[in-house]
Amino acid sequence: MLGGATLIWMIVLPFVASAVAALLPSNARNAEAWLSGGVMLAILIMVMMVYPDIAAGNAVRQGVSWVPELGLELVFRIDGFAWMFAMLISGIGFLVVIYTRYYMSPEDPIPRFYMFFLAFAGSMLGVVLSGNLIQLVIFWELTSIFSFLLIGYWYHNPSARDGARMSLTVTGIGGMALLGGMLLIGHVVGSYDLDEVLASGDLLREHDLYRPILILVLLGAFTKSAQFPFQFWLPNAMAAPTPVSAFLHSATMVKAGVFLMARMWPVLAGTYEWFFIVGLAGMITLVLGAFFSIFQQDIKGLLAYSTISHLGLITMLLSLGSPLGAVAAIFHMMNHATFKASLFMAAGIIDHETGTRDMRRLGGLLSAMPITATLAMVASAAMAGVPLLNGFLSKEMFFAEAIEHHADSWLDTIAPYAAVVASAFAVTYSIRFIHSVFFGAAPEPLPREPHEPPFFMRLPVFLLVLICLIVGIVPGRTVGPYLHSAVVSVLGDSTPYYSLAVWHGFTLPLMMSIVALVAGALMFLTIRSYLATSEEGPPYFRRINGQRIFEQVMVTVSWRWARFLEGWLGTRRLQPQLRLMVAIALIAAILTLWRGPLLPEVRLAGSTDVVFTILWVIGMACAIGAAYQAKFHRLVALMLMSGAGLITCITFVWLSAPDLALTQLLVEVVTTVLILLGLRWLPQRFAEVETPVQAFWSRLRRYRDFAMAIACGLGMAMISYAVMVRQPPQTIADYFVENAYPLGGGTNVVNVILVDFRGFDTFGEITVLGIVAITVFVLLRRFRPAPESVGSTQQQRHQSADDPAAMPGGGTIVADYLYVPSVIMQWLFPVIVVLSAYLFLRGHDLPGGGFVAGIALASAFILQYLAAGTRWVEERLRVLPVKWIGWGLLIAAATGIGSWALGYPFLTSHAQYVELPVIGKVPAATALFFDLGVFALVLGATVLMLIALAHQSIRKLRAAKTAALAEQEVQ
Amino acid sequence: MTELTLSLGIGVLVGSGVWLLLRPRTYQVIVGLSLIAYGVNLFIFSMGRLRSGVPPVLDGSGIVDPAAYTDPVPQALVLTAIVIGFATTALFLVVLLVARGLTGSDHVDGREP
Repeated sequence: MLGGATLIWMIVLPFVASAVAALLPSNARNAEAWLSGGVMLAILIMVMMVYPDIAAGNAVRQGVSWVPELGLELVFRIDGFAWMFAMLISGIGFLVVIYTRYYMSPEDPIPRFYMFFLAFAGSMLGVVLSGNLIQLVIFWELTSIFSFLLIGYWYHNPSARDGARMSLTVTGIGGMALLGGMLLIGHVVGSYDLDEVLASGDLLREHDLYRPILILVLLGAFTKSAQFPFQFWLPNAMAAPTPVSAFLHSATMVKAGVFLMARMWPVLAGTYEWFFIVGLAGMITLVLGAFFSIFQQDIKGLLAYSTISHLGLITMLLSLGSPLGAVAAIFHMMNHATFKASLFMAAGIIDHETGTRDMRRLGGLLSAMPITATLAMVASAAMAGVPLLNGFLSKEMFFAEAIEHHADSWLDTIAPYAAVVASAFAVTYSIRFIHSVFFGAAPEPLPREPHEPPFFMRLPVFLLVLICLIVGIVPGRTVGPYLHSAVVSVLGDSTPYYSLAVWHGFTLPLMMSIVALVAGALMFLTIRSYLATSEEGPPYFRRINGQRIFEQVMVTVSWRWARFLEGWLGTRRLQPQLRLMVAIALIAAILTLWRGPLLPEVRLAGSTDVVFTILWVIGMACAIGAAYQAKFHRLVALMLMSGAGLITCITFVWLSAPDLALTQLLVEVVTTVLILLGLRWLPQRFAEVETPVQAFWSRLRRYRDFAMAIACGLGMAMISYAVMVRQPPQTIADYFVENAYPLGGGTNVVNVILVDFRGFDTFGEITVLGIVAITVFVLLRRFRPAPESVGSTQQQRHQSADDPAAMPGGGTIVADYLYVPSVIMQWLFPVIVVLSAYLFLRGHDLPGGGFVAGIALASAFILQYLAAGTRWVEERLRVLPVKWIGWGLLIAAATGIGSWALGYPFLTSHAQYVELPVIGKVPAATALFFDLGVFALVLGATVLMLIALAHQSIRKLRAAKTAALAEQEVQ
Repeated sequence: MTELTLSLGIGVLVGSGVWLLLRPRTYQVIVGLSLIAYGVNLFIFSMGRLRSGVPPVLDGSGIVDPAAYTDPVPQALVLTAIVIGFATTALFLVVLLVARGLTGSDHVDGREP
């Protein structure tokens, strides 16, 4: 008796082992095998030990709280059915690990294999042990991803890559559909908990959303279990190493689909839609898979199509909606896993020992490897449904169900015939496999001299075949109880009476079995000589290649349609894109505002101030002027824009926002200087000469843009006014104002919000600022000015002509130009440093702070540029802005992390005042250190951008000189 | 009246900005973006309603009455917005300069129409 915690171990263990496996050296074959084998065995034992808890038909659950606010919980749950699957996964997984040790060649990078294998096993266990639908889908997707990696293990092989990609695409799309279906189920039921969903069958079946749910869930199951029309990925996945095929295509990956159908059977089955969709897909898959299998020349291809066919059989059994059908389906899942795993392993042994899997080239291996041959024959007989083997029992149950009446539909009428035909095909391909591999003689010498494989490579096959035999002979006493607990956990109270006996008397199903055996054998004799030399794939159908159709669909969707849409909807031109964006924003705003009244009943009584109005008349004139002049008179536009900025700044002062005003003013200064530095590199603009037609169209375009601009401006004005005259609701502002001092230790609420309450936002913001500065720096290192901008500007040339002191080859500025102001500017430097320190220190209590101080100090550097020119400053500059940025970020982060050390969340601050000599009482909240980081970063970023831009004027001189020298050399 | 004046101011700033945003030259776009930034910052700021002479700077004594101060939250938001706006303007400026150097054109699409 074990607790639910074991369930978590079952899933965690393989993932942990996967990480360990990845770290082992690439030649550690034995260590990897011991690790993986040990883990799989441990899981197997844990699964076995859980059995007593669930034998009675109840489930063991273990929940882990995940996001309780959203009702999300990790739930691990095991009942009889999940137990059966957990046994199959861990048991066959263990055998596959042993087998792999001898199968893989020493050259293969073995850690990668075991890493993927263990992670896949963990994901698969996650699927079967999930007690929550969303969690199930996540593990489901993980199985898709890890099977992709396993199938593509030999990625140097193109067919492995293609097969892996195809399986991922198909099962991935199915997984998306499944997620949609699960979300709908959660919406209908109101919970994602499996137990609650399983209890809501009637609700789901009668709901309007039943059909969408059914289709989405079935899409997931069909793609995973390779049901028609999604069967084509499975044969292509055979490019995987054989141990992978033995694991994925017997007990795990493809069984996930039928597992899901059986799991959801109590809630989704029993309707006509279910019967028809699932039944049709299952029947087509059953018959076509078996038919295609006969004509494969690759042993693994034969087994792959056989797998598809058997999955079709299980699907068809589930479609019937009768409890006995579900019993047979569950029983066949178990049986198919055992015999198919052993057959894949046998195929791998044959491949390993002879060097080929092509049945046209093989033959007569019975004498070379008698033991393997015997094991393969028994397993094939189970696959064909020969009596005294487990395949026979479930097939008998299938026949018995096929002849029952389930629904008034042609599908139900032809079911028995389809069943017999498919069984006959199964007999044919089973005989074909055995005959062409082990009997007769090879037409030409084999690539390798065959002999028996190592004992431990054969052991897993032997054990699995033994199970086939024992279950086939004494089913009731061996698997009986386990099957019963699995069945009860799915069917609950509606569990029917069924008998696992081998002999039921001369019944109709037995007759059908005999007919199938005889017909299959006869068919083999008929087409035997054709098969010996025929091409790969069945006649006629050979041309309909699922892979080719898939590739064509992929090309159409991901290339042609994408190109078409891009051609129609996309544009590389910026203006239409921006116009579209503005238009969408405008329409969205209008649609939202259309309903409610724009103005409230009660309006705030506002004050009137003539000065304020005059200010804004100037501001508006500046804005319009900037818009008007920006094309031909850039400098004027810049001045006017700054005018609008200044009015904005004054507005902040006017309306009780001193911090904003300070920041705006300083930012305005720096921005203007930056743009001024850039203006020099822009081309001179002249009015274009247009033909009358062109002029007409460009005027029309302007009218349209003008109308949009007016609409946007008007809209913004209306919305602003509507908000401003409304009574504000209760906001979080009160909290900040009340707690700024008691909790943040500062009286400047805005600063406390920035560095304390919302410190994390500020941290993100300064990071952005640092990134931008470094981007600017890097971009400018690659800057190449346009040819006409190289060389001195017109103004500089005029000055140089009049100035005798100008340096030959292009001077910078007239000597002694603005001599007195420049001396003052240089003297101002220390003054601004003190101002900046003052702004910084008082920031927590009075308007100021790290941002403002940083930009203020940066403007001190700007002044030096203005006063003495780029060259002079660069020679004397001792500031390394990139380091300032780095230190700033580190200080801010360290302040945040410091609070971890004291057991508080990131960026928790502590406030107190420190008495300093001379200066007096200084607030020393830890937020001050954070603000110091902000200060350093802002300073570094601003100065970096500034010097990077200013430096270009020196570079262009150098470039001009080099160009001039080159010209001289040519002459 | 203050509200009406400021609303009209915001409208004119945004309108002029949108007009410039739709123009073909990079310099027009950068001026346009700056004007829009002014308008939007004022708009966000005005969400805290307009009040004069009540800056959110406490006197540091006794019980605090939130009604005696203007709303600090939009101010904190706008302060951040001003700095980020500065960063994006600088970045855009450099991108337009580099683009002009590389393509030889100051058209927003990097080539003359």
